[in-house]
Amino acid sequence: MKARIKITLKNGVLDPQGKAIANALGALGFGGVEAVRQGKYIELELAESDPARAEAEVKAMCEQLLANTVIENYQFELEPA
Amino acid sequence: MRASVVVFPGSNCDRDVAVSLEKLTGHKPAMVWHGEPQVPDSDLIVLPGGFSYGDYLRSGAMAAHSPIMADVVAKARKGIAVLGICNGFQVLTESGLLPGVLMRNASLKFICRDVWLRVERADTIFTKGYAKGDVIRVPIAHHDGNYYADDETLDALEGEGRVALRYCDAAGEVSDEANPNGSRASIAGLLDESGRVLGLMPHPERLADAALGGTDGASLFASLLETFH
Repeated sequence: MKARIKITLKNGVLDPQGKAIANALGALGFGGVEAVRQGKYIELELAESDPARAEAEVKAMCEQLLANTVIENYQFELEPA
Repeated sequence: MRASVVVFPGSNCDRDVAVSLEKLTGHKPAMVWHGEPQVPDSDLIVLPGGFSYGDYLRSGAMAAHSPIMADVVAKARKGIAVLGICNGFQVLTESGLLPGVLMRNASLKFICRDVWLRVERADTIFTKGYAKGDVIRVPIAHHDGNYYADDETLDALEGEGRVALRYCDAAGEVSDEANPNGSRASIAGLLDESGRVLGLMPHPERLADAALGGTDGASLFASLLETFH
């Protein structure tokens, strides 16, 4: 299966990189950008084919390594290979 | 004092800290590769500065799961002193030995310069060589030193007196202007609940010899020597 994982900063956590991106977009003339939050996107190719087991496995990976849950949220989608 | 310095791929202050320790104690610390299963019997374990695993994913995240770290965490929980400097501080937060996280500097810039620190706790094994309120000059060199913890955690840390060092100006005043990286509460150095684990972003090992322009960092190592002889 394939897992597509999105990791984003929690609300309330300052995102200076997002702010810099917003400023740069403004400088390029894109005036309508009210806020930018940036994050990470990770794709995994999993040997596991059972969706329930894959979900549990990816959740554990996010909790233990891929996200730092002090400051980050994660969400993911699974799709058959 | 028996000291061990853990070396991760990408550590680059391991030898600096080893020199500081050897100069003071007369003994070379054990240099322990991160792939080893165990740290030799030690009074002090140092997680040095550097860019372990190239800071991939998050600074310190990969190193926190190195084989050696299970033993470092186990030994810390038994009361062995652990000192994490710069990347070592990041490894300590990622491994759960210290709360919070070190985020990208608020300025987004890598900052490499001397800063002033106010000693908030002079009654710990790491800082007994200083006096409370001392203002010391120590260099920082980091991109991710912006300490963050949520309000509740921060209140608890302050309530328990866990902030050992704070960024300040030359007069010892703590302010946003004197905060180089945006750290909450100007936190530069943080203790665990036992007081035997210290993480700090500044590099005491880089100003621990008069030939390098200052010795304010040397008292930290002297404090440890006084504790462990």
